[in-house]
Amino acid sequence: MQEEEKPWALISEVGGDNGYLEELVDLMRQHFRIILHKDLQSDPHLHAAKIQVMFMWRYLPMAESSLLRSLPSLKVIAGAGVGTDHLDLPFIADLGLKVTNTPGVVSDATADMAMALLLASARKVLQAHQTTVDPKTTQMPNGLMGFEVTGSTIGIIGMGDIGYKIAERSKGFNMNILYHNRTRRDASAERSVGATYCDTVDELLRRSDFVMVAVCLTPDTAGMIGRRELSLMKPSATLVNISRGRVVDQDALVRALQSRTIHAAALDVTHPEPLPRGHPLLSLPNVIITPHIGTQTYSTARRIVKAMVDNALAALTGRPIPNEVKPK
Amino acid sequence: MVATQPELNHKIQVVLVWGNNPPVNLTLLKSLPNLKAIVNGGVGVDHLEIALINSFGVKVSNTPNVVDNSTADMAMGLMLTSGRRIIQGDRFSRDHKDGEDLDESLLGTDISGGTLGIVGMGRIGYKVAKRAAAFDMKILYHNRNRSTTRCPHSQMLTRPCRQSDMRPEEEERSVRATYCPMLADLLGTSDFIVVAVNLTKQSTHLIGREQLSAMKPSATLINISRGMVVDQEALVEALQNKWIRSAALDVTYPEPLPRDHPLLSLPDVIVLPHMGTHTLETSGHMVQRMLTNALAAMAGETPPDEVTV
Repeated sequence: MQEEEKPWALISEVGGDNGYLEELVDLMRQHFRIILHKDLQSDPHLHAAKIQVMFMWRYLPMAESSLLRSLPSLKVIAGAGVGTDHLDLPFIADLGLKVTNTPGVVSDATADMAMALLLASARKVLQAHQTTVDPKTTQMPNGLMGFEVTGSTIGIIGMGDIGYKIAERSKGFNMNILYHNRTRRDASAERSVGATYCDTVDELLRRSDFVMVAVCLTPDTAGMIGRRELSLMKPSATLVNISRGRVVDQDALVRALQSRTIHAAALDVTHPEPLPRGHPLLSLPNVIITPHIGTQTYSTARRIVKAMVDNALAALTGRPIPNEVKPK
Repeated sequence: MVATQPELNHKIQVVLVWGNNPPVNLTLLKSLPNLKAIVNGGVGVDHLEIALINSFGVKVSNTPNVVDNSTADMAMGLMLTSGRRIIQGDRFSRDHKDGEDLDESLLGTDISGGTLGIVGMGRIGYKVAKRAAAFDMKILYHNRNRSTTRCPHSQMLTRPCRQSDMRPEEEERSVRATYCPMLADLLGTSDFIVVAVNLTKQSTHLIGREQLSAMKPSATLINISRGMVVDQEALVEALQNKWIRSAALDVTYPEPLPRDHPLLSLPDVIVLPHMGTHTLETSGHMVQRMLTNALAAMAGETPPDEVTV
């Protein structure tokens, strides 16, 4: 396509804490002319009227009313990742804009991340590594015992695409797989991974060695893991959260860890992100916190951007949009 | 005890070895006239001179099988922790300054759909393959000789491996593993290489300069076998010159490494204190197995896990 024919798209930044790799922006440049948010802000009149697409990566640029209303030609907000809890979907729909996400392409990487957090926590990899490589260490942690993953019980809360892939991976470790979901999976899907449905989250919490939170954030799931839920868990259990920080009552989690109500936590998501320096979660032992990198691999990032581009092009050309998100 | 209470030496029938201690040397063997068995905790026996021990009429036993799951789990744990930059990510969460960038070093390597090369497809190697298959990895494996490797008693045989010993074809197919007759065949295409061989004269420095330089620059080396299977100096050179991206080691030579060793300060290197079997459950099974072997030896029977040369 000739450069002049390419539609204009707004992105946050290239590089930096929340920006794209240059090579990912090049994927976008095959189909779009790109404007950076800071360039738009410094000269709003130059390109604002031409922008038809806003790509969102790590929540930026923020879909604020003032920005959206300043882009009269905007047709679609094409987001990275699957979560859309950060978007006011009814408001955006009222502006006549479409919203898209990228489910599917993120599932493998996110499921891998869930297993990485589970294993790193269970086998105390971080503590052992840090002691072993410290030049000041005089005594190796030879008595540091981990938790046996093979044959243990994992309870998956939220058995969507990602939750199911976590179950598939857990099966390789001969784990006993429990799950809870709004709707039960069909029998053959359960049999295929050897998963047992728990009617209540409470039952899952009581029986699990690893509680894996893989739900979407909705008004129903916000704070679903609180003081009461944590108190039902085994004292030897580990909470792993790869969903959204707000699904877990963070203050209750801090208290549960401090009082040894549960043994450990491994979180790729917190509220806020990142946590402020000095937050109690950052100084507790047996806690792993990663900066929301569940989908951040070279290959998956490329797949996400390609899906964003496909979604945006479909929205602009009136074709069926692969991953449109509509308000409920 | 042998040194401080010599009057008890004649009572000792079994020496239990854990974490390579106590060292079993000529002095020990000569001072225990009624010794029947050296009962090792763990499957590796490269630290024991079996021929020498046998020459005193003393048997050697280890604990195969019971260590397999936790060691395979550790291999997967190292692969995932390294591949998804868990240590770097956790450190960023705690130490980053306001406005500090999420470094490109936090961008990970996919495990799902990646290629795993297993060097040494014995019991533990096979269990690694089974776990990796659940991540939809493509699995390549190499053994020095295919027939011995697929033998369930692959470690040490007193007779040639028979057809009846061989692992069924289904097992190789069920994890979709492809045999590589040459080690070089898997070096250039693997994203992750797990070394799971025994340490023998032949496997010493099996992974050296030549092998490391043949690996992909994006690859990770994971060693759960013995430190000396890898030429450590070559590994340092490979990491410093970016022949490979990273290494994750549960074993080194020596253990522990001296405090100024370059491996301890290279980025993208995980070093653990040989804890592949360190779970309460597995340690418990190991001790139970050691007791079974010890009691058999004391009863004048052959320990079920006897190891001979």
